Amino acid sequence: MTATPMHSGHWWTIVRIAVCALIVVYLIAPMIIVLIISVSSAPFLTFPPPGFSLQWYRKLFSDPDWLDSLITSVQIMLPTGIIATAFGTAAAFGIARGRFPGAAIISSVLMAPLVVPVIITAAALYGLFGGLGLNGTLGGFILAHTVLTIPYVAATVLAALRVLDEQLEKAALTLGATYWSAFWRVVFPLILPAILSGFLFAMIISFDELVVSLFISSPILRPVTVKMWSDIRGDVNPTISAIGSLIFLFSLVVLLAESLLRGRWREGGPDLASTEGPIQ
Amino acid sequence: MTSPILELRDVSKGYGSHIAVADLSLQLAKGEFLSLLGPSGSGKTTTLMMIAGLLHPDAGEILVEQRPITSLPPYKRNIGVVFQNYALFPHMTVAKNIAFPLTMRGISRDEVATRVHRALELVGLPGHGGRYPRQLSGGQQQRVALARAMVFEPPILLMDEPLGALDKKLREQMQLEIKRLHRELGMSIIYVTHDQEEALVMSDRIAVFDFGRLQQIGSPTQLYDRPATRFVAEFIGESNIFSGTVSATADGFSVLESAGARLRALASAPLPAGSRSVVSIRPERIALQAGDTPAGMENTICGSVSEVVYLGRSRKYVVRTDSGHEVTCLQQATSGSEPGFELGASVSLSWRPEDASLLPDTATN
Repeated sequence: MTATPMHSGHWWTIVRIAVCALIVVYLIAPMIIVLIISVSSAPFLTFPPPGFSLQWYRKLFSDPDWLDSLITSVQIMLPTGIIATAFGTAAAFGIARGRFPGAAIISSVLMAPLVVPVIITAAALYGLFGGLGLNGTLGGFILAHTVLTIPYVAATVLAALRVLDEQLEKAALTLGATYWSAFWRVVFPLILPAILSGFLFAMIISFDELVVSLFISSPILRPVTVKMWSDIRGDVNPTISAIGSLIFLFSLVVLLAESLLRGRWREGGPDLASTEGPIQ
Repeated sequence: MTSPILELRDVSKGYGSHIAVADLSLQLAKGEFLSLLGPSGSGKTTTLMMIAGLLHPDAGEILVEQRPITSLPPYKRNIGVVFQNYALFPHMTVAKNIAFPLTMRGISRDEVATRVHRALELVGLPGHGGRYPRQLSGGQQQRVALARAMVFEPPILLMDEPLGALDKKLREQMQLEIKRLHRELGMSIIYVTHDQEEALVMSDRIAVFDFGRLQQIGSPTQLYDRPATRFVAEFIGESNIFSGTVSATADGFSVLESAGARLRALASAPLPAGSRSVVSIRPERIALQAGDTPAGMENTICGSVSEVVYLGRSRKYVVRTDSGHEVTCLQQATSGSEPGFELGASVSLSWRPEDASLLPDTATN
C-alpha cells in the first residue's frame, strides 16, 4: 500500500500488476477450468462445456462409493489433525524451550517428512505397517498421516514460540505459577492462533494426501484422493472434476478461515471489540 | 546488621568458559534498598535471576531468613520480580495481570478484587483495571508491573533495570515513586541498574559489580568518599586518578610519588612501599589558588587552566599540570563577584589528605 509517485513509478506499477496477474492466472486457471467442467451438462469431459448442470454433483452424492471415500477421508482427517496438533505443539515447546543434548537431532528427525521425498516415506511406512498389520486400516492411515503432518504443526507453533517473549513465562513462574500452569495460562493462549492454524494445515494435508495413502489403502478403505486416482486411470468422467472442485473449495475455505483468524489476532487480540475497555 | 532477610554465600555462575558471577557473598537487611550497580555484562542481572530462581548457581548457597532456597523452584520462593521489559501478559487485562499471583495462591475472588483495587490505587492507576497492557503508556505499564510484583506482598522484591526504557523525566518521577512505595510497604528491595546516579538517589546501600565480581558494597557516601577500588572511584562520580609508587605508609596514610609530586592519601588497604598504586581525588575536593607555590609541598600540584566550563552554580576547570596531566576541578561559584580563573592562568591545586584515597592499581593487572 505504498503511495508510489505516479510520474516515476507509473510504468513499473503497470508491469508489476501485469506480472502478478499472469502468475495468478497461471496458478488459478487450471482450477477454474476444473470448476467449470464440474458444472458441465455434457456426458463426458469437454471444454468449454455446452451448458450448466449439477448432474455430476448429484451423481457424486448418490454414489455410495464416493460417499464411503468421503467419510473415510474425514475419519482419517479429524483424528490426524487432533493428534498431530497435540504432538506437534508439545514437540515445538520442547525444541524451543528445552535445554537437553540432542535437541537439534530430534528436531531434524521430526522435520524429516518435509524434505524426504514422499515416496520414500510411503515405502518405509508400507514396509513397517505390513509387519504390524496396519496396512488398509483406519489406525494405519491416521498414524501415517500424523507422521506426515506433525512437522507442519511443529514448524508453525515453533515460529510462534520463537517470537513469544520468554520473560512472560519467567514472570509467571516468579508470580507463583508452576511450569504447568505457566504454560496453560500464559503460553498456550498466546500461541493458540498458531496451534489452530497448525491444526487446519494438518487436516488439509491429510485430506489431500495421495502418495502414502495409495500405498496403505485397501479396496475397502479408500480415501477420496485414492478413489480419484483410480477413477482417473479408469474411465474419466466429470465426477472427478466435481469432487476436485469440492476439495478445492474446502481447502480455500479453510485457508481463508486461517488467514482471517490470524489477521484478527494480530490486529486486535482478544479485546478487538473495544479499545476503551470496560472499567472494572 | 541483625539477621539478614536474604543472604548469598560464595555464589558462582558461569556460561561455558565465561564467568558471569564469581564467589559472590552479600547480605540484604530487612527493609533495605540495595542496588546492584555495574556496566552491562558485569553479573548484576545474573545475580538477580539466581535469587529469583530462574537461574541455578553453579556453586554457593542462597538463603532467605536463614533457610536455604537454592534448590527451590521460582514459584515456591515468594519473591517478587519486576522485569526489564515489564513482561505483562498481553492477553490479560491490567486487573487480570495483577490478580495473577493471587489466583495462583488460591485466594478467594472477593479478596482478589479488593487487593487488585488497592494495588491499582497504590501505583496511581485507579480505574485502569479493564485496559489491556498495550493500551497503556510505558510508564503506566511499569506501574502495572510494579503492582503485580507487589500485590502478593512478597518480603523481597527484585527489580531488573525497571526504568531503563523510560525517558529521563518519567524515570526521575518513577524513582521517587518507587522510593515512596518502599517506605510505605517496608519491603526489602534489590534493584539492578547501570545508572550510577539512579543508584545514588535510591539506595540505602550499593553493590558495585565489574566482570562478575563484587567490587565494593556500602552506602552511597561510603562509595563516593571512600572508593575501595579504582573501578569504583571512576564508575561512581568523577575522579582524578594519579598513578605512581607508594613511598611510605604511616597512621593510615600513605604517600604516593607521582610525576615529581608527593601525594598523601588515606590508605584504604595497607599497600607496601614500592608497590604501584593510584590516588583518587574528587574534582570538588580540590582547591585552586592563583600563582605558583613552592615546589615539593605535599598534595600540591602546579599547572595552567586549559578549559573553563561555566555550570551556573559552579565552574569546572580542566588544569594541565606541569607534568602534562589533566586534572578536573569543580569550584562552587560563591557570591558571583569572583571572576574565576582565566584560560591559561597559572594555578596551584591542593587538597586535604583525608579527601584522597590510595587504591591498588587494578587497571594495569
